[in-house]
Amino acid sequence: MPPDTVSLRLPGLLLLLLVACQAGAAVLPEERADLLYHRYDGGGVEVDGPSVLVRKNLGSSVSVGVNYYVDNVTSASIDVVTTASKYTEKRTERSLFVDYLREKTTMSLGYTYSDESDFEAGTASIGISQDMFGDLTTVSMGFAYGDNTIEKNGDDSFKKHADVRSYRLGVSQILTRNLVMSATYESIIDDGYLNNPYRSVRYRDSDTSLGYAFQPEVYPDTRNSSAFAVRGIYYLEQLGSAVNAGVRFYEDNWGIDATTYELGYTFPYEENWIFEATLRFHQQSEADFYSDLFPYKDAQNYLARDKELSDFTSTAVGVGASYEFGRSWSLIDRGSLNIQYDWIYFDYNNFRDIEDGGAVGEEPEYSFDAYVTRIFASFWF
Amino acid sequence: MPANLNLLCACGLLLLAGCATEPWVKPYERANLANPIMSFNRNPVSASYLHHVYDSREGARGAGIATGGGCGCN
Repeated sequence: MPPDTVSLRLPGLLLLLLVACQAGAAVLPEERADLLYHRYDGGGVEVDGPSVLVRKNLGSSVSVGVNYYVDNVTSASIDVVTTASKYTEKRTERSLFVDYLREKTTMSLGYTYSDESDFEAGTASIGISQDMFGDLTTVSMGFAYGDNTIEKNGDDSFKKHADVRSYRLGVSQILTRNLVMSATYESIIDDGYLNNPYRSVRYRDSDTSLGYAFQPEVYPDTRNSSAFAVRGIYYLEQLGSAVNAGVRFYEDNWGIDATTYELGYTFPYEENWIFEATLRFHQQSEADFYSDLFPYKDAQNYLARDKELSDFTSTAVGVGASYEFGRSWSLIDRGSLNIQYDWIYFDYNNFRDIEDGGAVGEEPEYSFDAYVTRIFASFWF
Repeated sequence: MPANLNLLCACGLLLLAGCATEPWVKPYERANLANPIMSFNRNPVSASYLHHVYDSREGARGAGIATGGGCGCN
């Protein structure tokens, strides 16, 4: 698909949906509190921390939510160990959400502030959703603006900025009494310093004992991306369970094309249990200016050896269990205890494991497993 | 990726067709749809975290069910 085909056609299509559909019973977000512990362990990176979300109504038409989230990072990833030293850091994120319900329209405002030693991000968002056709259809749109400040530990003079603008359009449609589908389009425009200031690219250098050397990566200062996703959930009446599936198509002007498939199965067991199983597969092409090994220093204007911009696949399998309790308690309507565990396998097709030895440019291709755990309690009141 | 574009347009037209027809699923027929397991985002905090993981480790982003700031991606 030409780079701008999706960008030009899909907004038009979805805007047409907005015009074609007439206005029709929206509800505020659920009043709930969630206390979560998360942990990621993979590729030499360990990240863990808490996340707390509280959502409460003020009257019958306003909902307020707050979220507090922490990442404690210890990293000895392949990117770090080949050019720098293992490090630890903490990222804290605070969010505030307000939703206002008027008849069948919900308006949303949000602000998120994220802070770590070398990265500061403030993101403001606004959104509106409209229920239509006896609530069979919900159309939503949103805009978010992020202002990022990038610094570099150990270099007080280094300070860069980047802006992120996100435009989002979505439609959710009840198709039958057992099937709901949604379509979401999002365009994201980045502008500013988009590099990772610590990462380097590798180039051949016969003057070194290794046969290669490193220089800082150089990214373009703009990035335009488009993503379109279709998802559906189908209720299996005979089993009392639900199966969900989704696909997302992505492309950007850096030359990355990606497709992501998701499949899930959720089933209650006896009165209190809900179990779920998920599969996810992602494949992407590499950025135009990516190379695992450049032929010489300053080989081109833009240079990247970020494995996230390389050609790779990731495959994930997840399982989860929820135990619900307290339906008759006075303080809360109900609560649940939950655990979810995902295994993700990242398999790179043009990113070599230079720690593993071999002739220059012929080292084994890199891959790693990651394990993602979430343990949380949810309360509805 | 012309096949992808065709699929996208087909899905859009499917939804458009839904808008052009009288409501056909009555409120009293929506018991199954109201079941919590039929939610796209039943556990928002957990889903938001998992999306952050993928956004940090993969080159693609957007059109998910959650967003976040910061990186933590080295």
